[in-house]
Amino acid sequence: MAEAWDARASAPAGLMAQRTPTPIVPRGSIAGRSLTAVVAIMTFLAAVTAGAVMMVVTSATDWQSAVGREVTIQVRPVSGRDIEADVRTATAVARSTAGIADVRAYTKEESEQLVEPWLGSGLSLSELPIPRMIVVKLASSPAPDLAGLRAALAARVPSASLDDHRGWIDRMRDMAEAVVVVGIAILTLVVIVTVLSVTFATRGAMATNRPIVEVLHYVGATDGFVASQFQRHFLLLGFKGGAIGGGIALLLFGILGAASAWLSGSAGGAEATALFGTFSIGVAGYVAIFVLILLMAMVTALTSRRTVNQTLESIN
Amino acid sequence: MIRFENVGLRYGLGQEILRDLSFRIDGRSFQFLTGPSGAGKTSLLRMMFLSLKPTRGLISMFDFDTAALSKDDRAALRRRIGIVFQDFRLLDHMTTYENVALPLRVLGHDEASYRAEVVELLQLVGLGERMSALPPVLSGGEKQRAAIARAVIARPQLLLADEPTGNVDPNLGQRLLRLFIELNKSGTSVVIATHDIALMDEYDARRLVLHDGRLHVYD
Repeated sequence: MAEAWDARASAPAGLMAQRTPTPIVPRGSIAGRSLTAVVAIMTFLAAVTAGAVMMVVTSATDWQSAVGREVTIQVRPVSGRDIEADVRTATAVARSTAGIADVRAYTKEESEQLVEPWLGSGLSLSELPIPRMIVVKLASSPAPDLAGLRAALAARVPSASLDDHRGWIDRMRDMAEAVVVVGIAILTLVVIVTVLSVTFATRGAMATNRPIVEVLHYVGATDGFVASQFQRHFLLLGFKGGAIGGGIALLLFGILGAASAWLSGSAGGAEATALFGTFSIGVAGYVAIFVLILLMAMVTALTSRRTVNQTLESIN
Repeated sequence: MIRFENVGLRYGLGQEILRDLSFRIDGRSFQFLTGPSGAGKTSLLRMMFLSLKPTRGLISMFDFDTAALSKDDRAALRRRIGIVFQDFRLLDHMTTYENVALPLRVLGHDEASYRAEVVELLQLVGLGERMSALPPVLSGGEKQRAAIARAVIARPQLLLADEPTGNVDPNLGQRLLRLFIELNKSGTSVVIATHDIALMDEYDARRLVLHDGRLHVYD
């Protein structure tokens, strides 16, 4: 480097003066690449976590709304009662209840088909006391009167019971909430690790550049001026790391979405779609990842600002 | 401009290295600060430059009590003072031109507004051909001159110089002394810390002599 500068020593003053001013804090003195990598990895982890949480929550909401839109009436065979008559009565009771969009009673054959996967096809199922199912689809308006339906069924068809899937929906909601809590915990840890990494990197940079900080003070620079020389580097570095990590996460979700769409025709793809939806994080997911990129850049900038100010305080 | 009253300085729990210093540096004055090596010249200069706090006594600068200054006030006062360090304190990654222009850059001035002035000063101190050189390739004398140019570029009201001619030949030493004298004539107070008797004999000026931790003033 010295030779290059020696060569420039004889350059005309006009040419020399027109070049971009040298940064007061040299870029090479800040552990730039390592910290960019740390911020990129942390942003990637945060984005993947946020995307996965959103995917699970969206799928859980879809399942809940799909399951919550219908209830099931189960009519058990009881000796001394005509199950066909009970099914007809229960169907009529359901149809006459407010807020019911559609009622469909499974026939005896259809009910037998439902249990066939568990009992096998070689049995004579007609001799078994198989309960009959009535699927009741709920209307969005007026609000379905499930309490009235349950009471009317208890009064007119004692062998019938109403299952509104409440327990299953509650478990689903608990699971989705647990995933959100775990996601928030991971995001918090990621932010803490980023803050610590940036703090150490900033302290390192300040220690390396302490002679420069002292000279700046000697020529009358305020702490604000000195801090701005470091913050500029760290803000840029935060944006760079955030953009790389967030960009890779966006790419990953894009590829997963495309792969999921491509595989949707296959048996495995259908199972995955049933479980995870379409692997799409939706517009909200992409917005969340962009917000995370900004958040990581801000965390980097604010952390370095705080550390620079603390270090300047100790130097003073 | 600067007033010391019963100032004492000790490092840690050791004995006082400077004791009962009471003196004034007036505006437009010129003085040599001298004394044997280790007498405390650099420590005294650092107190004048607000980078060292006395353990006792009062230092008043530009009519401000330095003990009551905020950080920003201290920065503002330092802009009125130029200092030349014994070890130059040039920034190795910046060119000679950029090092000299640093005080003006810190003040937020546009480069175009000071370019000609910096180039002229560099030519005056004999560094016209070394403007784009980095400090590591400069000789000791060239670094010395660059440090002096940086100290005077913002036309300070007070110039403090710690052994400013220690690394240059007598001829250049005389040229630098003339530069300080010119600066003094244009209104800047000058304090030159030196133990170069020949240099002091070149110019009849007030002498502040440090000996055994005490200051003796010879007007």
